[in-house]
Amino acid sequence: MPLLEIENLTVEFATVNGRFKAVDEVSLTCDRGEILAIVGESGSGKSVSMLALMGLLPWTAKVTADRMSFDGTDLRGLSGRQRRRIVGKNMAMIFQEPMSSLNPCFTVGFQIGEALKVHLGLDRAERRKRTIELLDLVGIPAPEARLKAFPHQLSGGMSQRVMIAMALACKPKLLIADEPTTALDVTIQAQILDLLVDLQREQGMALVLITHDMGVVAETAERVQVQYAGQKVEEQPVAGLFDDPHHPYTAALLAALPERATSRRLPSIPGVVPGQFDRPSGCLFSPRCRYTTERCRERVPHRQGAMAGFALCHYPLVQGRPIGHPAPNRIANAAEEPA
Amino acid sequence: MTAAAPVVIEARELSRTYQLGRGPFRKTAEVKALVGASFVLERGHTLAVVGESGCGKSTLARVVTMIETPTAGSLVVDGMDVTAAHGESARVLRLAVQIVFQDPYGSLNPRQRVGQILEEPLVINTDQNAETRRAAAIEMLTRVGLRPEHYDRYPHMFSGGQRQRIAIARALMTRPKVLVLDEPVSALDVSIQAQVLNILTELQSEFGLAYLFISHDLSVVRHMADEVLVMYLGRPVEHATRDDIFAEPLHPYSRALLSATPVADPTARKERIRLKGELPSPLAPPPGCAFHPRCPFANERCRREVPALRIEGSPLAVACHGVREGRIPS
Repeated sequence: MPLLEIENLTVEFATVNGRFKAVDEVSLTCDRGEILAIVGESGSGKSVSMLALMGLLPWTAKVTADRMSFDGTDLRGLSGRQRRRIVGKNMAMIFQEPMSSLNPCFTVGFQIGEALKVHLGLDRAERRKRTIELLDLVGIPAPEARLKAFPHQLSGGMSQRVMIAMALACKPKLLIADEPTTALDVTIQAQILDLLVDLQREQGMALVLITHDMGVVAETAERVQVQYAGQKVEEQPVAGLFDDPHHPYTAALLAALPERATSRRLPSIPGVVPGQFDRPSGCLFSPRCRYTTERCRERVPHRQGAMAGFALCHYPLVQGRPIGHPAPNRIANAAEEPA
Repeated sequence: MTAAAPVVIEARELSRTYQLGRGPFRKTAEVKALVGASFVLERGHTLAVVGESGCGKSTLARVVTMIETPTAGSLVVDGMDVTAAHGESARVLRLAVQIVFQDPYGSLNPRQRVGQILEEPLVINTDQNAETRRAAAIEMLTRVGLRPEHYDRYPHMFSGGQRQRIAIARALMTRPKVLVLDEPVSALDVSIQAQVLNILTELQSEFGLAYLFISHDLSVVRHMADEVLVMYLGRPVEHATRDDIFAEPLHPYSRALLSATPVADPTARKERIRLKGELPSPLAPPPGCAFHPRCPFANERCRREVPALRIEGSPLAVACHGVREGRIPS
C-alpha cells in the first residue's frame, strides 16, 4: 500500500467573483522512500494541492476528495487537533521562501525545539541535544553556537537548512518540499538538493518535490507528475518523461527549454495559462496546443492508460506523433514552419 | 567577432564603491560592489554577465545605463566618454542606452495606460507631436507582439510575459543602441520565457541592438550570448566567448557554476563540483583572490595576492593564479 494516496482531489476557492477551481481532480500516490516530483508553471495548482493535504488552506477553500489517506489514516474527516498530531510529525513541509518561513522573533534553537516538545514530549536537555544533532545533520557549521542565532543572522541557504532541520525533527515518513531552492543561488541550490536526496536515502523518507525547474526534476526525481491549470496531465518515471513525453503540454514545455533548442528560435507555447474566467470547455490546453481539433475544443479528454503516461489527452503522443489524430501529417508539416 | 561591427560600449576598469553608514559611533563601511570591469560591446552582439547574488551584475547594469556614476574607470558609449559628459551631452548619451528590469510587475506604473508608458520617453526627450508619438507607440506595440488596441489598457490587465514585452517596447522607444537586460526572463514561466527570448532575438537583428544580458540562468545565457563575463563578489573572474566557456571553463568558480546548474536530461551523468560554504560578505571580502575560501585549489599566493583578469601577452582572460601556473587539472 502506498504511503500517500490521493484520489480526485479538488480545491475550490470562494472568491468575490464566484468559485475558482485551483485544483481539479488530481490524483497522486507516493510510496515509502520514493521521490515524486510535481512540475508545472504558476497557476498549475501544485502548491495548493499539497497545502490542502497539510490542511494549511484558509477557510475560503473547499477541499473535496474521493480518497486522501496517509499511512493508513484517512485525512478527510480529521479534526484540527487530530490532524496536528500527524502534520509536523509524520508529514512535514518546507517552503519556498526560507527567510519568511522562519519566525523572526525566536531563535533557531527554540523553533526547532518546538516540534520536539509538542510531538515527542522531550525535556529541555534532550531537546537541546537533538537540535544540535539536527543542525549538524543538515550541514550547519558550529551547530551549538547557532542555537542562539535569530533568523536574520542567517543567509538564505542557512535558513533553508534550518527549515529542513525543523521538518526532519520528528523523522517524518513524508517530506513535502515546495520549491525548496527557487529563492537560492545556483551553487547553494546544488548543496540543498544534494542534502535533501541524501537525507531521503538515509532515512528512507518519501519526498514530494514541487518545482517548476525541469533541470531540478531531471537530476533528483524518480517519478514525475506534470500539472497544468489545476489538472494532472501526465505521470511518468523521470527517464520516460524526458525521452518520450506523452502529453502535448509536456512535450511543448520541454521543447521550450533553451538548453534543448536546436535553432536560434525557441519553439514557444503561444498564449497563457487560462485564468478564472477563460477556462475552455473541452481540454484546458486546447487553445495553446498544436494538435487541437474540434473534438479537443468540445469534449473533455479522458485519462489514458499507463502506456501513454496517464495523459489527459485525446491524442497522446508516442515518439512525438499524436495517436489517433485525424490528420497527423498536416501537423507534422505545420510544426516545421516558423510560428 | 567581425571587425566591421562598430563598438558601442567600451568599459575600462569600471568600479563602483558605496559608502555604508553604520550609525553615529562607527566608521562608515565601504562596499566595493563592482571592481575593475572591462569589456567591449559591439553592435548586434550580446554580452552576458553571469554570477550569483552579490556579484555586482546589477551594479554593472546601473553603471552602464548611467543610473549610477562609476567611482573609477572609464565608460565610453557610442564614442563619447560618459564621465566627461554633462547636461545636454549626457542626456543624448542616456538615450542610447536603455534598460529592461527583472520584475515586470514592479517596473510599470500601474496608474499609467500602456500608451502613456510608451510615450513618456518621447515626451521627455523629443519634440514630437502627440500624433507622431501615438503612431510610434502603436508601431512598437506590434513589433513586440502586442496589438494596437492594447494602447489604452492598464498594466494590471496583462500577464507577466506581456508586461515584459511592454517594458521592452518602452526601452526601445528612444531607438537606443544598447539594451541592458537585467534578468529579463527570470520572473517568467518557461513557456512564456521562450516567447520573450524569441522577441529579443528578433529585435536584435531588426534594430542591430547590442545587448548587455544579465542573468543567473546559464541555459538562457548559452542560448542568447556571444560572449560571457563571469563575476564573483564584484570582480570579473573570467571573460570568454560563449562556445569556449561552455566547452571548457577555466576559472574554478566558472566550472563550479556550470556543474551546479541542473541539466534537463536525466541520462546526463556529469562530474559534479560541489562548492563548500557560501558567498562571503561584500563588507569584508577575503584578502587575495575573493574566491579562495571556497576554492579547492587555493594556495598561499591565492590568499595574499589579487589575481588580474588580463595579463599582458596572455590570450586568456581569467583571474586565477592557479590557471596561469597550471596547477588546476583540466
